[in-house]
Amino acid sequence: MSNQMIKSEIGVIVDENDHISLVKLCRSCSLPAEQILQMVERGVIDPIDPSASYSHWQFSSTSLLRVKTALRLQRDLDVNLAGAVLALELLDEIKQLRQQVVYLQR
Amino acid sequence: MEYKDYYKIMGISKDASQKEIKSAYRKLARKYHPDVSKEKDAEERFKEVGEAYEVLKDPEKRTAYDQLGANWKAGQQGFQPPPDWDAGFEFHGDTFTGGSAGAEGFSDFFESLFGHAGGGFQYRSDQGSGAGNQYQMRGEDSHAKVFVDLEDTYQGTSRSLTLRSTVMGPDGRPQLKPRTLNVKIPKGVKAGQNIRLKGQGSPGIGGGPAGDLYLEIEFNPHSMYKVDGADVSLDVPITPWEAALGGKIKVPTPSGSIDLKIPASISSGKKMRLKGRGIPAKQAGDFYVILMIVLPDALNDKEKKLYQELQQANNHFNPRSKLGV
Repeated sequence: MSNQMIKSEIGVIVDENDHISLVKLCRSCSLPAEQILQMVERGVIDPIDPSASYSHWQFSSTSLLRVKTALRLQRDLDVNLAGAVLALELLDEIKQLRQQVVYLQR
Repeated sequence: MEYKDYYKIMGISKDASQKEIKSAYRKLARKYHPDVSKEKDAEERFKEVGEAYEVLKDPEKRTAYDQLGANWKAGQQGFQPPPDWDAGFEFHGDTFTGGSAGAEGFSDFFESLFGHAGGGFQYRSDQGSGAGNQYQMRGEDSHAKVFVDLEDTYQGTSRSLTLRSTVMGPDGRPQLKPRTLNVKIPKGVKAGQNIRLKGQGSPGIGGGPAGDLYLEIEFNPHSMYKVDGADVSLDVPITPWEAALGGKIKVPTPSGSIDLKIPASISSGKKMRLKGRGIPAKQAGDFYVILMIVLPDALNDKEKKLYQELQQANNHFNPRSKLGV
């Protein structure tokens, strides 16, 4: 007899207003800090207060998803960081335009 | 088991050169990459193409596959590789592409021929099963899209999802299994936002922690409300006399109807803001009411007479003065 209960998993919103530290970002993406710094330089993500020292940098928690997407694009499509950044920016723009189309079509 | 025609999957002929295979793969990977593609079955196609490329890019695997596949057609069931099918072939220990496809696991068909791929590391039985234990690696994150109603985000909701994901089998090897997950979606979530479920992604390798599952939220199209970020808006029809005299009207919102006081002498298209009545996100959105003056289909004699009186009472108002007429 199967009395297996399906456990309810509680989702947490990845909110742009929540912050994540540089250390935590590195750990979550399994990346050395140098690579995150490179991503900041290239504009993949922006620290909330760029004038703070590296070790105190905080990022919006959606940065985590952006870094991971940049990594996937590089790995799967065989593009360099600059190519991935270009793709990310174009994807952002497409997403925005699609939202506008949906909004205007209603 | 279903026989897979890797050439057909990649849309190339059996005598394609290695260069052609590479170029076909690059094109298809761009087309079906789950981060880029809007195709419905993008993820599945991307995995399939990754698997096909894994075999065809390697001349050794390709030759073995060609020999095996001569008598099979795509989709044909009942496929079992002959026990000694790979006799005489030596596969060198090149790692799998390690793309998303590899980490999520290849098809049974692939694995019966070439062994398991997990997170970019090769698990081939003849390499000793201990190899996997030397690595400790966090599992891959998984992604899925979830459609909810706008109303759901006002109070939170639950969704039952069936995901095909990699789990560790009893022999310590990853295998693909359908898995049902009951997910509580918190209130205040906006379209395009992700929800993270810790440890619900792919299992880690060599005892490493599991990855996370990310659910991207999309709203089902709504017949009344328009959503822009956390703000919600609604076109509300009003009568000409409500527009002229003002008063209280009933207005629906996703969290229930409210009484809205409209000022006197308000024009069609004017927007009224109800602060904090949008999506209850961390920074709550606003609810906008856009007023639209609507007339009855036909006026009765009394109404007509009253409008004529109105016309006489105010003959200097020109709403088109800005148009220069």
